[in-house]
Amino acid sequence: MSERAGARPGIRHDVRITDTTLRDGSHAQAHQFTEEQVRDTVRALDRAGVEVIEVTHGDGLGGSSFNYGFSHTDELKLIAAAREEATQARIAVLLVPGIGTVDDLRRAHDAGAEIVRVATHCTEADVSPQHFGVARDLGMETVGFLMMAHRTSPEDLAKQARIMVDAGCQCPYVTDSAGALLMHDARARFEALLAEVGDEAWVGYHGHQNLSLGVANSVIAAEVGVKEIDGSLCALGAGSGNSPTEVIAAVFDRMGIRTGLDVTALLDAAEDVVRPYLHRWPKMDRNAITQGWAGVYSSFLLHAEHAGERYKVPVPDILRRCGELGLVGGQEDMIIDVALELAREREQGR
Amino acid sequence: MSAPAKVPAAIVGPGNIGTDLLAKLARSARIEVTAMVGVVESEGLERARAMGVPASSEGVDWLLRQDPLPRIVFEATSAKAHAANAPRYAEAGIRAIDLTPAHLGPMVCPAVNMPHHLDAPNVNMITCGGQATIPIVAAVSQVATVDYAEIVASAASRSAGPGTRANIDEFTETTARAVEEVGGAARGKAIIILNPVEPPMIMRDTVFCSLPPEADHDAVAASVHRMVERVQQYVPGYTLRAEPQFDPPTDKWGGRGRVAVFLEVKGNGDFLPEYAGNLDIMTAAAAQVGELVAAEMTEAAA
Repeated sequence: MSERAGARPGIRHDVRITDTTLRDGSHAQAHQFTEEQVRDTVRALDRAGVEVIEVTHGDGLGGSSFNYGFSHTDELKLIAAAREEATQARIAVLLVPGIGTVDDLRRAHDAGAEIVRVATHCTEADVSPQHFGVARDLGMETVGFLMMAHRTSPEDLAKQARIMVDAGCQCPYVTDSAGALLMHDARARFEALLAEVGDEAWVGYHGHQNLSLGVANSVIAAEVGVKEIDGSLCALGAGSGNSPTEVIAAVFDRMGIRTGLDVTALLDAAEDVVRPYLHRWPKMDRNAITQGWAGVYSSFLLHAEHAGERYKVPVPDILRRCGELGLVGGQEDMIIDVALELAREREQGR
Repeated sequence: MSAPAKVPAAIVGPGNIGTDLLAKLARSARIEVTAMVGVVESEGLERARAMGVPASSEGVDWLLRQDPLPRIVFEATSAKAHAANAPRYAEAGIRAIDLTPAHLGPMVCPAVNMPHHLDAPNVNMITCGGQATIPIVAAVSQVATVDYAEIVASAASRSAGPGTRANIDEFTETTARAVEEVGGAARGKAIIILNPVEPPMIMRDTVFCSLPPEADHDAVAASVHRMVERVQQYVPGYTLRAEPQFDPPTDKWGGRGRVAVFLEVKGNGDFLPEYAGNLDIMTAAAAQVGELVAAEMTEAAA
């Protein structure tokens, strides 16, 4: 056990909900969030009792790029604006090692971020210790995202969670980036992580709705002892979106699971604040379901749609090929490569 | 006229990189590896001895006691070790070709800026992703103004060692800097992705360069093709996956267009597996720099 382990933060209710409308939702908005949208959303979430609000480019700090899409407004400006609006909520940021760096993290911390969620592919946790170390030195709370959690076994996922916790992570997450985990798959992973690190750290769950199971898996998560769960207003997130925060709040309220959230205020926030600015309401359409079915990183959706249009190839074909190739989060450039390959195959009459 | 004597060289760091480099240099007409150096007994030292190369686990102290001394040393250890060793090489008049992230000397890419640094006492091989992508950035910036270039390197998880993993920021920062300083982009960005898929994926790299609206696409494409041929001279498995892809100027890119170049880097399979093109391109580029330095030394002596 590392010297940093054992220092998990207190959690006030049965489960703590982190809202990621302003981070995962950035994918669905093609990273075009404005400062006004961020301020309005943070005010509404803060008022509804949400304790953690994530604000970053969809691909994390430094994600503004050709590969993932350039931000409309600099994320540091959005983080600072969010920090100004929040009265009780704390601001979290995402950091994907290989894309963002500890320098980006320091700047985000200066802008007002108090929590960092360090994300790696589910088998690559050993690229994260550098970032957890700096985060803890800065006094930040730490979360570890083990992305594409369907791509490895519960036992191996737990070993990766151990690497993160030993490096200073206070809450490793089962991160179902592809929305591919069926309920028994999700439960097995929650239980494996709880068995491995549950005495020292919290365990979290981040779901997508591609197969409609984000909320169902959140219920299982709460039942087995997962303490941190992600949601987004109007499900705003990659693929067919995240588990809707307002739905999680309503379901948990009915179950008697205390979250500290005001369901009515969240319903108003979703309907009155977020819905008017949606580019489109994330939904379980053919492409998004294909992502859950084929186990494809949800953020690939808009990029695959763009490449499908550009190279005149069917989007579900692109997504299925991405699944066959085993592409992982961050390899958005490969979507163009796959579309070109499919276009060549079509020309050759295959 | 007889063939000139080969230039003696040492490899410090008998790991996978050092062993692959030894296999490549064993084919050299200009360089003879006269020592493989580690700090503990290892398989790498045994492999070198089996190839008839003197090997020692007594580190640089042993190396600097040899007579004659090597004239070139290839450092395949760590940034920290190289920082400690470099002054000693310099004092002994030994040229250092540094495969670690220490970058004490100028960053070099054989296809791009090598003639300029032939006399530098210490040169740095940047990063694997840098060796794969900077030639393309340079090819584009030779014929168009590149305000911004971005590279995405995808490598098989199995080809990324503990050193890379423990300090992944070093990769992104060093590569981004080299995209600017060596590639010629006004601003650079680098992204690295590790993919654990089995069987392991062959290294892939994508280069995005912004282009002014008036850029000559045919000239850009031709320059990219010429550069790929140059790199292929020392990395035969370096290929374009597709023709360069041009996207028209758009507001979301500040009124600029874009060229995207998709590369595959298949290793030579000397010691490292073929999928580890990221490691192969480092050893191949370092060997190529060694060849050029040795040629200069040989000619200077003639």
